[in-house]
Amino acid sequence: MPDNQSHSDSIAGAGEAEQPVKVQARDVCVSYSGKQALNHVSIDVPDRSVTAFIGPSGCGKSTFLRCLNRMNDTIEGARVTGSLKIDGLEVNDKSVDPVVLRANVGMVFQKPNPFPKSIYDNVAYGPRIHGLALSKDELDAIVEDSLRKAGLWDEVADRLNHPGTSLSGGQQQRLVIARAIAVNPEVILMDEPCSALDPIATAKIEELIDELRENYCIIIVTHSMQQAARVSQQTAFFHMGNLVEYGTTEDIFTNPRDPRTQDYITGRFG
Amino acid sequence: MALSKTAHIVTAYGEELDQLNDELARMGGLVETQLTTAINAIARRDAGVAGEVRQREKQVNAMQVDIEKRVLRLFALRQPMATDLRMTISALKISTDLERIGDLAKNIAYRAKDLSAYPALGLMDRVERLGAIVIQQLHVVLDALSSFEVEPAIRVWRADDEVDERYNALVREMLISMGEDSSLVEPGVHILFVAKNLERIGDHATNIAEALHFMVTAAPLEADTPPAS
Amino acid sequence: MTDSADLPKLRQTVSERLPKRYRAEMRFRVAGLSAVGIAVAILLLLVGSITMQALPAFTVNQLVLPVQLSGDLVDPEGDGSEDSLRRGSYGRVLQDAVREQFPEVRDRRELRALFSLYTPLNSTRLMETVLADPGLVGETHEFRMPIADDLNLYLKGRLVADRTLEPVGTMAVSEAGRDFEVTAESEAFADLRDTVSGLLNQAADNLERRAATARERAGNLSGEDREDALYDAEDLMVEAAAVRSQAALENGWVEMSDSLPSILVETGETALRVTALSADGRSARAEAMLGGGAMSDVSDWSIYVIDTPESRRRVSDQLIVWTRALVRRGFVESGLNPYLFANADSREPELAGVKGALYGSILTMLITIILSVPVGVCTAVYLEEYAPKNRFTDLIEVNINNLAAVPSIVFGLLGLAVFINAFGLPRSTPLVGGLVLSLMTLPTLIIATRAALKAVPVSIRQAALAVGASKTQTVFHHVLPLAAPGILTGSIIGLAQAMGETAPLLMIGMVAFIADAPTLGLEGLTEPATVMPIQIFLWSSSPERAFVHSTSAAILVLLVLMIGFNALAIYLRRRFERRW
Repeated sequence: MPDNQSHSDSIAGAGEAEQPVKVQARDVCVSYSGKQALNHVSIDVPDRSVTAFIGPSGCGKSTFLRCLNRMNDTIEGARVTGSLKIDGLEVNDKSVDPVVLRANVGMVFQKPNPFPKSIYDNVAYGPRIHGLALSKDELDAIVEDSLRKAGLWDEVADRLNHPGTSLSGGQQQRLVIARAIAVNPEVILMDEPCSALDPIATAKIEELIDELRENYCIIIVTHSMQQAARVSQQTAFFHMGNLVEYGTTEDIFTNPRDPRTQDYITGRFG
Repeated sequence: MALSKTAHIVTAYGEELDQLNDELARMGGLVETQLTTAINAIARRDAGVAGEVRQREKQVNAMQVDIEKRVLRLFALRQPMATDLRMTISALKISTDLERIGDLAKNIAYRAKDLSAYPALGLMDRVERLGAIVIQQLHVVLDALSSFEVEPAIRVWRADDEVDERYNALVREMLISMGEDSSLVEPGVHILFVAKNLERIGDHATNIAEALHFMVTAAPLEADTPPAS
Repeated sequence: MTDSADLPKLRQTVSERLPKRYRAEMRFRVAGLSAVGIAVAILLLLVGSITMQALPAFTVNQLVLPVQLSGDLVDPEGDGSEDSLRRGSYGRVLQDAVREQFPEVRDRRELRALFSLYTPLNSTRLMETVLADPGLVGETHEFRMPIADDLNLYLKGRLVADRTLEPVGTMAVSEAGRDFEVTAESEAFADLRDTVSGLLNQAADNLERRAATARERAGNLSGEDREDALYDAEDLMVEAAAVRSQAALENGWVEMSDSLPSILVETGETALRVTALSADGRSARAEAMLGGGAMSDVSDWSIYVIDTPESRRRVSDQLIVWTRALVRRGFVESGLNPYLFANADSREPELAGVKGALYGSILTMLITIILSVPVGVCTAVYLEEYAPKNRFTDLIEVNINNLAAVPSIVFGLLGLAVFINAFGLPRSTPLVGGLVLSLMTLPTLIIATRAALKAVPVSIRQAALAVGASKTQTVFHHVLPLAAPGILTGSIIGLAQAMGETAPLLMIGMVAFIADAPTLGLEGLTEPATVMPIQIFLWSSSPERAFVHSTSAAILVLLVLMIGFNALAIYLRRRFERRW
């Protein structure tokens, strides 16, 4: 692919971002059992903003997302090369423990996946295993704070002992976000967080994402271009393992430069 | 013909965009006819076109309403993006401009009827000249619209200054003539209105050129826009 | 889009086929339902028949006799020490107690018959009673012991076909030499006489048929063989003629024999056995079985008929008469069988119980659970969650799956070779049994656990990993609790299977007759024991009729245990099951 190289140099940053760069990728390649899934992706993701990854299925956007918290480690045969830095620290470095990394990089999945435990235990799980709270009071405070940040506190405050799975889909997803927030990460990855939710629940999650933007670097993979347009400040378009175009969301959705982006966004993909 | 070479995955969506384009082109054609008819009526001192023009004006108005509906529908149901978004927005703007042009053309046709009651004036050839230029402007910009060409649009945009200059000169001379001969005041006012209307049609043509430029390039047409190469 | 003109045609085509489709569905449903019905019916039949068979084993008839624990018999040393008490003649004590009831019995042979009312093993029980309470020495003690197994069955009405006739009118007994003659006012014996004649005629018919067969055979033979056959036929014909003359009451009397029903004339404490019936149906010759003597004008009398001939049953008329006398005198008590659960195995069915096998099963299962569950679960967790995928782990997986299909007796052989011969562990013990059953259960358990682990959704693992849980935390905090119901069910099914296993335990000697229950405790693990299924196997091959019922009772106990186990599995599943 001749245009990979040109892109990897030219599309380093979104240009307009005022925020410092949080995640920096250079020539990241991923292959699963020899099959190339991601080709030389280079990107600068700014802090305290929402960056959306869009693209057709199998374009590598989720693969790239999973590189950021090394979830690819759990897949047999996965090979990651290139440089990937969060706050200047190399993610794939041998000295970086994935457990520490994942405490720092939260992740929210497509299907709400609360643990089959109480709402309280769901949120308290991360702080417990990482030893973030020294006392029960402290833990209570973390749980309340996280649930508040996730906009769920008012709905569940009186039933923290109910199972997390008893909540509605949208509430479950917000619970999962609260669980991710509870360990105080700096980056939150979201892999199609609304694809299983109804529009109202989706709107609530989007509102939440917009609020969280003030404190976190959020990267969201979505199949809904409208959603990407609504929630993100930067948008990156992936196609067949390549990062085709990266820019401010406004630019991507009004005046994409690459014909592939144009075709994908306008619904003309062949 | 759509702005992009590739067809939409959802055929109905593509068809709707094409239909919007076609409707816009038809409206443009109709408005152009209106303007030509009105200018010709002035030149030939023809008082009989008013009814014909009024009929067509109704058609133009209906088409504008139709285009508005289509655009609304596209926004609500298709959520157009990128080029499609720009095209839809531009179509809305252009249709408004065309409707205004239609109004002004109708007004000119009415003035032709009034003017036919007066003896021919010496400045009439200047008015005709202005009218010819404006028709040319409109024609070029509508051609550019149907082929999505930016370069003619930029030319039209630049040529507006000439229209303004001719109009200003006409007004000056008219005022002098009216000052010399008070019998010229009544037909002169009519002619001034015709000239004013033509000048404004030129402005609307420029607006269409701007909308077309934005539609194709996503950039505003500004004073420092380099001529398309 | 379908053309609107095609629509009715389409509808018609579909509706034409519709009944056929519904019929096919109906057929399938009926087939399924009947399969379920048949299965349920067979199950009910099985459980029902076992229960019916088992019922007699849950009750017992006991002799409650006053026994004289005189000091010189029970305490030969006279010092009341345990040593001395252990040397007492408890057999004599019991014999004396029974003889007291029937003082007229003197003959040695008759005495031996009398003492077969109970099993001599009861003397040990009496000794234990005295050892437990030495104060009983010199006292009269009401001792309770199960009546002999056949008499027990007789009392439950399961050994012989019998009936009691209440004749009208009075009767008189007169002495006739050593025997008696019973004369009734009415034709009390007429029906019995006819029955007996009928039976004799049948017997004669049989003999004649056999004679005819023999003659036919003779026709096909030659020489000496032919002579022999003809001789046999002749013999049979003579015999048949004699029987027929008996049946015809040619000499006015028909003689009874042990191949004919027994007829007892009973009144009060007297019981006479009829030896011949007269042709007129009013009188009979009889011999005394209990009491005896001339009587007249006896109005309160009855005829007790045992239709099963004496030669075809395991208890003699005399024993039945004594038993009936004891029942009449109130020395026999019928009630729940305490020995079934309180005793270990015994040669005597009336004293045999399942306690030993039950304890053996419990101890064996304890070893099996302790060994197989942790090892199996840990193996499964490692293989499923940690082990790298390579040829070696593939090989292990294939082998585990194959082990699950190995016949259980092979595990028994392995246990015999390894645990007993190589390691020198004691034979027939719950320890070795548990070890062998653990080996047998492990593959099933590992497979069930792995399936349960596989069923835990990936999303839960991802969720835990994404929060920053380590691999082990993910497994122990989330995957295992979610898999727990599946693991529990798998384990319990595997263990229930082990509990019902016989073959491998035969190989390690748990099939031995063990009369003492193992201790329920650590030391019990190395004491010889047997288990429930083997107990069933042992009893089912015992010749005593009463063991048939004991076998069914033991099966029932095992079934209840199994149902309990499975109910526990269901309960635990419900308790731990969580939605995700």
